[in-house]
Amino acid sequence: MTLTAERIDWTVHGHKLLDDVGLRVAPGETFGLVGPNGSGKTTLLRVLAGLRKPKRGRVLMNDRPMASMRQRDIARAIAFVEQQAETLDRIAVRQAVALGRTPFLSPLRPWSDRDDAIVSRALDDVDMRHLADRLWHTLSGGERQRVHIARALAQQPSILLLDEPTNHLDIRHQLSILQLVRELPITVVIALHDLNQAMDCDRIGVMDAGRLVDIGAPGRVLTAKRLRRTFGVHVEIVDDPIDHGRIMRFRHAL
Amino acid sequence: MNSATARHSLARSRWRWAWSVPPILFLAVMAGTAIGETPIPVDTILKVLANRLWGANYPVDRIDAGIVWSYRLSRAILAACCGAGLALAGVVLQALLRNPLADPFLMGISAGASTGAVAVTITGLGAGTMTLSLGAFAGASLAFGLVVLLAHAAGSGTGGGRGAQAAGAIILAGIAGSQLFNALTAFIIAKSASAEQARGIMFWLMGNLSGVRWDDVILGLPAALGGLLICLWYRRALDAFTFGADSAASMGIAVNGVRGVLIAAMALVTAVMVSMVGAIGFVGLVIPHAMRFLVGSRHTRLVPASALAGAVFLIGADILSRILVPGQVLPIGVVTALIGAPAFAMILVRGTRAR
Repeated sequence: MTLTAERIDWTVHGHKLLDDVGLRVAPGETFGLVGPNGSGKTTLLRVLAGLRKPKRGRVLMNDRPMASMRQRDIARAIAFVEQQAETLDRIAVRQAVALGRTPFLSPLRPWSDRDDAIVSRALDDVDMRHLADRLWHTLSGGERQRVHIARALAQQPSILLLDEPTNHLDIRHQLSILQLVRELPITVVIALHDLNQAMDCDRIGVMDAGRLVDIGAPGRVLTAKRLRRTFGVHVEIVDDPIDHGRIMRFRHAL
Repeated sequence: MNSATARHSLARSRWRWAWSVPPILFLAVMAGTAIGETPIPVDTILKVLANRLWGANYPVDRIDAGIVWSYRLSRAILAACCGAGLALAGVVLQALLRNPLADPFLMGISAGASTGAVAVTITGLGAGTMTLSLGAFAGASLAFGLVVLLAHAAGSGTGGGRGAQAAGAIILAGIAGSQLFNALTAFIIAKSASAEQARGIMFWLMGNLSGVRWDDVILGLPAALGGLLICLWYRRALDAFTFGADSAASMGIAVNGVRGVLIAAMALVTAVMVSMVGAIGFVGLVIPHAMRFLVGSRHTRLVPASALAGAVFLIGADILSRILVPGQVLPIGVVTALIGAPAFAMILVRGTRAR
């Protein structure tokens, strides 16, 4: 499914968080969002997820304006993993993941075996099946993040939006989640802090002070000059002798 | 596949407990009717019921029949309705606002009801319970309306009107509204009430089921059942709020609409109950928490369990309020707090250990 944003503005208390942002993500593409703190990545993801209606501009799913769609229909196509979502409820892992089936259930269309199978599959995908009966408050930060990703997968979305999903994960689960996301045959928009991880996206967009300042293939966008201007760091880009990819070595802040 | 089948039959057996609800409710209502200053044997109650409902002609003492039919039975049934309604309102507000301290009186409803009741009693718009109830209901509705307006203004000021800010705005607006209406009540009492009137108002505010008649049941029963049906209908939406309003929206819940419908419905249920029996505290706060410990936080089970527990709890509290001090009826709010607080403390401590 194609996800398009056209000339999005978002202002809070006279503070412009998004300024004329436009982008088009193709079906099946993995699109990375990078940018320093407060550059508008999270706000853009919320607008793309249909959680915020932009004051100006619009979001389209397959050329259909999101503003004209019911929340339920949006949720059947788009899943969103927030940076932090906590609860005090005594909820088990499997129940939390089962919440992802909400847009497909109604008082007249109850829980079925198929829903159970989808939830189990999602738990397997994030390597949380063995913790399915654990309660939320006994989980570590990384395990909680994996549950949220499983919940999003249980929505069986055509578009998956992830806000820094690898933040609390150990390196093994960082790599496995990123690989899983890349291999999903769906459209993915993912905000990332680790620029070397962003190199594996199909395309990336660079956010700076609410503007999308550059879009393109990672190798073309993430240059030493761009990193100096947007991120304020001095970087050396070296060749990986094994796969001839590019590695960024961050030397110092400017 | 095997485990999936097992889970499916588990899902079906999840509803099996529903069979235990009618007998429990029936036993509680029987106890509420039988126990009191004049104990009445259960077979007498059943005979009165048969006479009234099926026109049977069992010989029953006329005074006993009067006590059963005109006083105790309607009172027990309304107690059940109030307990269920208040507990449901607590479940809904705690789920939607993501705040464990939320209770049915959060939205300024009890404060508004007391202002209305006081205004009616003291300015003397008329005598009799109906007028006092109407005044209380009008006050409750007015207070709720003001709180909603204030919350809306505050919520849109913080951008979006969704998420944590909106929930925070509702809670703060509720506190502000409650304070305002409590001050109005105090003002009216201080300005023009006699000591006798003030005492009467105090007693009513703490909860009082003494004046209950069948008229009240006719209002209270649909309110409680309607509240229960709405909560059950929206049970998945309530579940979806587990990780907050944004998470609920991303799972397809029309957050503002659902929150508006549920809060308005619960405010209505609460206002109906409060206008009939006064502000009975503790039920709406404690029963939902207690039930979360017992049946978990999924609303498919939590909603019916809380309604049942609230009903039984309030019938029990009413019985105690009649027999605790011989020859005197205690305000039921005092009893709910006196037995509710220690029970709740016990559940909290045990729950923490079980973790």
